[in-house]
Amino acid sequence: MLALQGVRAEDVLWRVGEGGGDLFGSSGAAPVGQPIELRLHKDAISCLETALYHSDPERFARGYALILRLAKGEVRWGDRSDAMLNKVLHQERAVRRDVHKMHAFVRFREVTPQGANRRAFAAWFEPEHPIVEKAVPFFAKRFGDMDWIIKTPTITARFEKGDLLLEETRDLTPPPEDATEDLWRAYFANIFNPARLMVSAMTSEMPKKYWKNLPEARLIPELIRTAPARAIAMQEAMPTIPPQRAAKITETLRKPEGMGDLTLETLKPALDACRRCPIGCHATQGVAGAGRRDARLMVVGEQPGDQEDLAGRPFVGPAGQKFDACAQVAGLDRKDAYVTNAVKHFKFEPRGKRRLHSRPNNSEIDHCKWWLDFERQEVKPDLIVAMGATAAYALTGSGDRLLARRGKIERGADGANVLITLHPSYLLRIPDPARQAKAERQLSADLRQAMDWFG
Amino acid sequence: MARKSLLEKLEILADAAKYDASCASSGGQKRNSKDGRGLGSSGGAGICHAYAPDGRCISLLKILMTNFCIYDCAYCVNRVSSRVERARFTVEEVVHLTIEFYRRNYIEGLFLSSGIIKSPDDTMADMVRIARTLREQENFRGYIHLKTIPDASPDLIDEAGRWADRLSINVELPTEKGLTDYAPEKSASEIKQAMAFVKTQGEAAKEKTFRGRKAKRFAPAGQSTQMIVGADGANDASILTNASTLYSGYGLRRVYYSAFSPIPDAAKMLPLIRPPLQREHRLYQADWLMRFYGFDAKEIAPKTGMLDLEVDPKLAWALGHREQFPVDVNRATKEMLLRVPGFGTRSVQRIIAARKHRTLRYEDLLAIGCVLKHAQPFITLPGWTPRMLDAENLRAKFAPAPEQLSLF
Repeated sequence: MLALQGVRAEDVLWRVGEGGGDLFGSSGAAPVGQPIELRLHKDAISCLETALYHSDPERFARGYALILRLAKGEVRWGDRSDAMLNKVLHQERAVRRDVHKMHAFVRFREVTPQGANRRAFAAWFEPEHPIVEKAVPFFAKRFGDMDWIIKTPTITARFEKGDLLLEETRDLTPPPEDATEDLWRAYFANIFNPARLMVSAMTSEMPKKYWKNLPEARLIPELIRTAPARAIAMQEAMPTIPPQRAAKITETLRKPEGMGDLTLETLKPALDACRRCPIGCHATQGVAGAGRRDARLMVVGEQPGDQEDLAGRPFVGPAGQKFDACAQVAGLDRKDAYVTNAVKHFKFEPRGKRRLHSRPNNSEIDHCKWWLDFERQEVKPDLIVAMGATAAYALTGSGDRLLARRGKIERGADGANVLITLHPSYLLRIPDPARQAKAERQLSADLRQAMDWFG
Repeated sequence: MARKSLLEKLEILADAAKYDASCASSGGQKRNSKDGRGLGSSGGAGICHAYAPDGRCISLLKILMTNFCIYDCAYCVNRVSSRVERARFTVEEVVHLTIEFYRRNYIEGLFLSSGIIKSPDDTMADMVRIARTLREQENFRGYIHLKTIPDASPDLIDEAGRWADRLSINVELPTEKGLTDYAPEKSASEIKQAMAFVKTQGEAAKEKTFRGRKAKRFAPAGQSTQMIVGADGANDASILTNASTLYSGYGLRRVYYSAFSPIPDAAKMLPLIRPPLQREHRLYQADWLMRFYGFDAKEIAPKTGMLDLEVDPKLAWALGHREQFPVDVNRATKEMLLRVPGFGTRSVQRIIAARKHRTLRYEDLLAIGCVLKHAQPFITLPGWTPRMLDAENLRAKFAPAPEQLSLF
């Protein structure tokens, strides 16, 4: 309003309450000047609105002056080198903190009248700034199914049957104590760890000025005083002899589950526990092969990826989907084969919120070969498809020149028939769509060749 | 044995819960009870309703359902071989405490943990029943955090995620070896598998079906974990490496580091020392550097394997990499500004916003909120020329004055 009439900041006198009377100073209307068009950043508006809840008597004058300067472009919103703007930002922060502390430190006491069907609570609180109006909608959202009153030295907020009212405080007596406060104090005293006494950390967040209205605060001096002795007593106490039942329970729990004979069914827990190489302890779990135990065709990939590691099943991630797509083209149903990996744990590098696949080295592949050999021994496939260099290395002893070898059946070191092909995740890494499509056709063709091999 | 009153049980079961560091009630679903048909609200930043003299905030009612436990984890006050006094809450008692505390504005919600009674599944089922009663019977819309028992069945974890805002599974100790030695009934792989399950369920819940229907709710505030620092021999390097592995793999919101604190009736194999609070503090700082400042675990942990207790890890890194400084505040990349000691993420944002309009001077940095005492040797800009960057005694400028060792 004032700005539209072009009233200068220094011609306005701002007052709160009834004292004084005239808003525009005693001389009547302020001189009217050039109208100013107000266009403010939305952050500026909400910040200024908040800062006006500060108890500083200069707040309105400063706010108005700042608005004019912002509108005229004399100061840029966010420029903290401007003293006036910086002050407003600081006051806004102080108000927000005070509101936050009110949300935290109001303590309700039950005042439900006999026979009432809605429970009623009351609290007394002393904020630093006149923030009641700004702070209480929070309580209306949180305590929607009860009636409550929050009294402060100036204003009282009343919430009855879903309606929020603000009025002047007439009665300055706090509500009577509530029996539940004993339970709350018991909780406060016992959740405190005397071995970690850090009083300043407490007082910086819960300054003493709030203590008088916090039922738990009266315990604090005693808790602080006795803490060192309690901590020392814990350290000096001799270890006790365990109760009798302990040994019995522990014995039943620790009975070795009897690994028994390793079979394809017990392979998974055995893999989980495998620490033959250092990959094991970083991964979530071991991933065993899946499929028919009497399959004539075995498909071997490199290692589980991120999703396989989380799920505990092979080829469920993007590479698995690619494999399925190529297998479908080739007329191969994954369920008829036994699908597994040369390495059973996921090897990766952590990068923020992601894990980047990293390639297993030869020693890790060699260690893991024991498990692959076990699967081969159990399934006894007639033909093995080795997808990618890792699988080729594990099965033939050489992982070299994969592209030159693909599509051919080689003889493994132990005489197995090994068909070499590309790994589906290699396909995913080819950026050029045309080349990717070609590689896809190659993988499909190789899988088709495996199917044909059985005639 | 006389039956314990609610107050006595609360004393025992709050005492038993105080070694768990997490108390966060932030994030998750936005809810309120404006409709008048329920109690509570959540979403956005959580509120700390009180602070104990140990400086820890009290945001949630953090209790154990029971401290009876069949496991024998050496670091835990509730292990089967301890003579600590035992108690067990009924479902109704936990619900009553949560609701009555909440109505008085003492808490943001419930953080329920438990010793293992009978079996992991039995225990988890009871905890889930408490969460379900709160939600369905009491229409409670505040925050619920359930400490999940890793070897409980996936169905129970799935249901827990329906009622809870956050689930957490403690990895307990930073290394697998530590876990085997100190918590023989627990398995690192089972713990990680449970985290993996929580992660996959959480992601599935965020996806919409192709008809645009929302999937069922699952722990909207995600999952967190805790590891105890200083009980086993693990050094800071392995702690941080493990933490970054956990962050990368399981979408954890937080890893909490809990300085091993002497417990009443401690097991013989543990160090009965004062909790290494300063070390815990440095680990949290390092954790922040990894999550918000673009540092890698390997960069932060020095060759000795232990973080410098006297100066913070960012300053320690800068002191060790002086060749990368001074940084020109008006030109440096965001990544490099984030590495300047005394510049926080918010200061860096403000610097970048401000320097679009004009060249920043040294005096501006103070208003922006930079800690110049730390930044001074590492920056250059109009109004400031760094000195001392090559000085031998630069570290001494920041480290606290040497103190005579305590005789006790």
